[in-house]
Amino acid sequence: MIVPFEQVLFVSGVLFVLGLMGILIRRNILFVLMSIEVMMNSAALAFVAAGNRWGQPDGQIMFILILTLAASEASVGLALVLQIFRRFKTLDTDAASEMKG
Amino acid sequence: MYDLLFLVFALPLAGFLILAFGRGRLGENGAAAVGVGSVGGAALVTAGLVAQFLGHPPDGGAYTQVLWDWMKVGGFTPHFALRLDGLSLTMLGVITGVGFMIHLFASWYMRGDDGYSRFFSYMNLFVASMVFLVLGDNLLFLYFGWEGVGLCSFLLIGFWYKDAANGSAARKAFIVTRVGDTFMAIGLFWLFRSLGTLDIQQVLQLAPQAFDSESGRQAVRGIALLLLGGAVGKSAQLPLQTWLPDAMAGPTPVSALIHAATMVTAGVYLIARTHVLFELAPDVQHLVGVVGAVTLLLAGFTALVQTDIKRVLAYSTMSQIGYMFLALGAGAWSAAIFHLMTHAFFKALLFLSAGAVILACHHEQDIRKMGGLRKTLPLAFWCFVVGGGALAAVPYITAGFYSKDEILWQAYAGGHMDLFLAGLFGALLTSIYTTRLILVVFFGEEKTHAHAGHGVSYWLPLAVLLVLSTFVGGLIHPPLEGVLPAAPGEGGGAAQLGIEALSGSVAIGGILVTALVYFTRPRALLALAQAPAAQAVRRFWFSAFGFDWLYDRLLVRPFFWLVRVCSGDLFDQAIGTIPELLRHANVLSTRTQTGRMRWYAASFAAGAVLIVAAVMFRG
Amino acid sequence: MDLVFWIPALVAIVATLLAVTNYNPVHGLLYLIVSLLAVALIFFRLGAPFAGILEVIVYAGAIVVLFVFVVMMLNLGDAVVEQEKRWLKPRVWAGPAVLCGVLIVELWRVVWPAGATHPLSDAVIDAPHVGVALFGPYLLAVELASMMLLAALVAAFHLGRHD
Repeated sequence: MIVPFEQVLFVSGVLFVLGLMGILIRRNILFVLMSIEVMMNSAALAFVAAGNRWGQPDGQIMFILILTLAASEASVGLALVLQIFRRFKTLDTDAASEMKG
Repeated sequence: MYDLLFLVFALPLAGFLILAFGRGRLGENGAAAVGVGSVGGAALVTAGLVAQFLGHPPDGGAYTQVLWDWMKVGGFTPHFALRLDGLSLTMLGVITGVGFMIHLFASWYMRGDDGYSRFFSYMNLFVASMVFLVLGDNLLFLYFGWEGVGLCSFLLIGFWYKDAANGSAARKAFIVTRVGDTFMAIGLFWLFRSLGTLDIQQVLQLAPQAFDSESGRQAVRGIALLLLGGAVGKSAQLPLQTWLPDAMAGPTPVSALIHAATMVTAGVYLIARTHVLFELAPDVQHLVGVVGAVTLLLAGFTALVQTDIKRVLAYSTMSQIGYMFLALGAGAWSAAIFHLMTHAFFKALLFLSAGAVILACHHEQDIRKMGGLRKTLPLAFWCFVVGGGALAAVPYITAGFYSKDEILWQAYAGGHMDLFLAGLFGALLTSIYTTRLILVVFFGEEKTHAHAGHGVSYWLPLAVLLVLSTFVGGLIHPPLEGVLPAAPGEGGGAAQLGIEALSGSVAIGGILVTALVYFTRPRALLALAQAPAAQAVRRFWFSAFGFDWLYDRLLVRPFFWLVRVCSGDLFDQAIGTIPELLRHANVLSTRTQTGRMRWYAASFAAGAVLIVAAVMFRG
Repeated sequence: MDLVFWIPALVAIVATLLAVTNYNPVHGLLYLIVSLLAVALIFFRLGAPFAGILEVIVYAGAIVVLFVFVVMMLNLGDAVVEQEKRWLKPRVWAGPAVLCGVLIVELWRVVWPAGATHPLSDAVIDAPHVGVALFGPYLLAVELASMMLLAALVAAFHLGRHD
């Protein structure tokens, strides 16, 4: 017997919260970006499960769109990481806290 | 030729638009070409109109050019129409002719100023508004031009706006004249309510029947009083005269054009234009004369002791407009307009030559620091002699004599002895302060080194106005028959000759006595001036009889006190708490913006916890 | 108990936890790859083989490799590991961990209420289905996604330059 929809959603939620925790506890920008990838991946999992639940291909299409989003986010984000490292000689996110009010 | 009438205002208006939109990009020569050229074109058209008007007068003595309907509100449809008759033709001649000369002079005077093209754009707008004012066949149209010239006067008095004093002088002029304008607006409303029209010709035709009852006489008295209020504001007569001396803060050509030749005489034009209303209210008409008489005496005394060359001329302008009001009050309508014209000639001449003196002395306006300029500035000297002679009405050789004598004679012939005597005494004062001004500036020892101006735009306007200020100007006869009613004493014969002799001898006597005392008894004069009583009188006169002080205590300070009291009231404070709260909230929310990304993410997460908890406990 | 689902799910959860808490960036990335591969397995189980293949090729094969390249370019060594050890103190991670624990409990109660079961089907939604929908009703979204990729390319090129 195949797993119920609710359990897949719960696994997706757990993965999402783990990614969120990564953002909260890490100061290293590289790990923050990895955590964001994890969160997006968990959202994609929820979409695919929902696509199965209703027997439609839309869930996988959402997955593909999330994939493109993740790819662009990773490329721009990593370029920014390079710039920050070049400028501050560190990957500490708090070093770039120049936008405080 | 009459078809071109609209060009008289269209040309300066076009000049204003070109200068306003192309400001700074035209350069000085371009701006001067546009600014002076547009008024010159208007003057040419006016000259053509004058030639045709005198050769082939239009039917009924007036030509009307309807341009379009201005607005349609119920049965109120004022036409946008221009009306040319003898009176407006005379005014047009003064505005465009003298205006052109002043523009030409200004192109020399203002050279090197930062706001060169701005200056000419304002001046052109002024000429256009003034032409609106005199050509409008409708009182609403006239009021439009009336406000337009007020605006230009404000802009030009504060032309050198970087000095705060000039700005406050401009504001003072604007606010004080606004008081008069409000009276005038109410008068126009009342007039429209009574007659159902503001078309000047219809008003003049309808008024005698419409106001033929007891209540009608009350109404016309009120309307005439309100119109007089507007006129005294614009023409700087008692009690709204305080703005004119301060208006001298503007550039000197502005003083010549606006505050001597044209705008300040608009009140005279207004009363002459609506003369039927004033004839229906004889006591108000007499009040006009009394206002003029009191103002001319007061301004004459004040001019005696002023030390600023332009303020002397400003008070003399006030006093000469007092003569015009006196003439209006005596029913000598044509004489008032005649004096308006000659006054425009010689006062523009005096102001322009004063401008030449001021520029030659490096922007020095205090006559006590001048002296002996006769040799270095011969042209300005002769201009002052002729212009001053016309101002003092030296018999037969100056233009001022013909008009002023006409006024005095009409006042005498009409039986207004009070006005006549005031005018005669004013003539004595005029001759004394004029002579004093010329003696102090041009005779005595030389105190500054002066540089005479040169160039055609310097001497040509002075020369033309110089000629017009002599008896040549007195020969010009404004075609006012049919527009304004005849005065009581036309063609007086021997009695008029007697009055001429009397006023002429007063003028000459004043000049001679002043000169004699100045040259032979300077020490006695000085001793007299040192006496404490004389000092007190001098201070009182110098402050123009304390009107500024009075208004300051009576109106300005109570108003500021009221403003201060009202600014901190309960409602303001209640409303003030809202921005105060917002400011505190702003400070607080600024604190939360730490720039630390993890804190932002943590607050996201906390929010998510709360929202999901809400969903959980709802289900 | 569907072991074909739950085994990869547990692997994904554990690998993700190790990925976000690891001191060494390279190790973290490797755990991330494990997590992604596990999720790809879940996709296969859920009847979405096309998504699973893309997960392996693009996510694990392209994006994470991009991360690895960056780590190589930055030349992060033992110093970074030491620094991460200093940064990851219990004082730092305790609060967020509690917060996230609460969130997980809440999610469990909300998305998995007791007794609620919507069984999933064994039907496979294959690449042709996805392709038809992708280039039919979602054509505009595809175009927008392509434009976003182009913009990201330009932005990354611009930001990555030495100036």
